[in-house]
Amino acid sequence: MVGDVFHALDDRTRRLVLDELAAGDGKTLFEICALLTTRHGLGVTRQTISQHLGVLESAGLVVTERRGRCKFHYFNPEPLAEIARRWHTEERTQR
Amino acid sequence: MRINLTSVFVDDQRAALAFYTEVLGFTKRRDVPIGDDSWLTVVSPESPDGPELLLEPSGHPAVKPYRDALAEDGIPLAQFAVDDVAAEHARLTGRGVVFTQPPTDVGSAVMAVFDDTCGNLIQIVAEKPAAQH
Repeated sequence: MVGDVFHALDDRTRRLVLDELAAGDGKTLFEICALLTTRHGLGVTRQTISQHLGVLESAGLVVTERRGRCKFHYFNPEPLAEIARRWHTEERTQR
Repeated sequence: MRINLTSVFVDDQRAALAFYTEVLGFTKRRDVPIGDDSWLTVVSPESPDGPELLLEPSGHPAVKPYRDALAEDGIPLAQFAVDDVAAEHARLTGRGVVFTQPPTDVGSAVMAVFDDTCGNLIQIVAEKPAAQH
C-alpha cells in the first residue's frame, strides 16, 4: 500500500492534480482538466488525466463520490498520515 | 456563414422552457408544434436577433448514454456568456440551481458549471478584458 502511494506521487501531473484537489472542494474530471490546462499549462488529454486519477484512487490518495449525475474527486490525506506515523518526521526535526 | 442556431437535448420541453425563460432569463422565440413536440427555441433578450437555442426533445435512444457519460465527468454541453459569474452563481443558487463547479478563476476568464434540470450541464463564462490577462 505504501508502495502504491510512492508510485502515485512519483509523477508531476499527479502531484499537480493532488495540489488542486487539496486546495478545494470535490471536483469533476472536467474541472480538474480545466485547472491543469489554464493554471499549469499542461496540454494533456482528459483520458490521460482520467488514468492518473485511477492511479491516485488505487493508492487511496483520491476518493470519489457520486452526487446527482456527476462524479466528484476528493483528496484523501490518510495514506500520507500513515507514512508520517511510520517514520516520525517531527521527532527528527526537534533534535 | 453564421451560427444561427444550436441545440441542447431536454427531457421535457415545457419544463425546459420554464427553466430557460423563468430561471435563466431567456426569451421564447419560436414554438411551432411538430407532432407531439415543438420546434421550440429561446434567445437572449440581450440579442433577440442573435443565435437561437433549440430545446430539442431527448427521445432518441443515443441521447441518454451520451449525456450520462458526459455528465459523470462534469462536461458541459453548452456555454453562455455572462458579465459576472459570481453574481449569476449567487442569483441562480438562490433559485435552487445546483452548480457542479463553483465560479473558478482560470486566468483569462471566470467560469462555472450548473445543472439545467433538463439533463445537461451548462457552463457560464465571463472573459476578462485583455488588459487583465
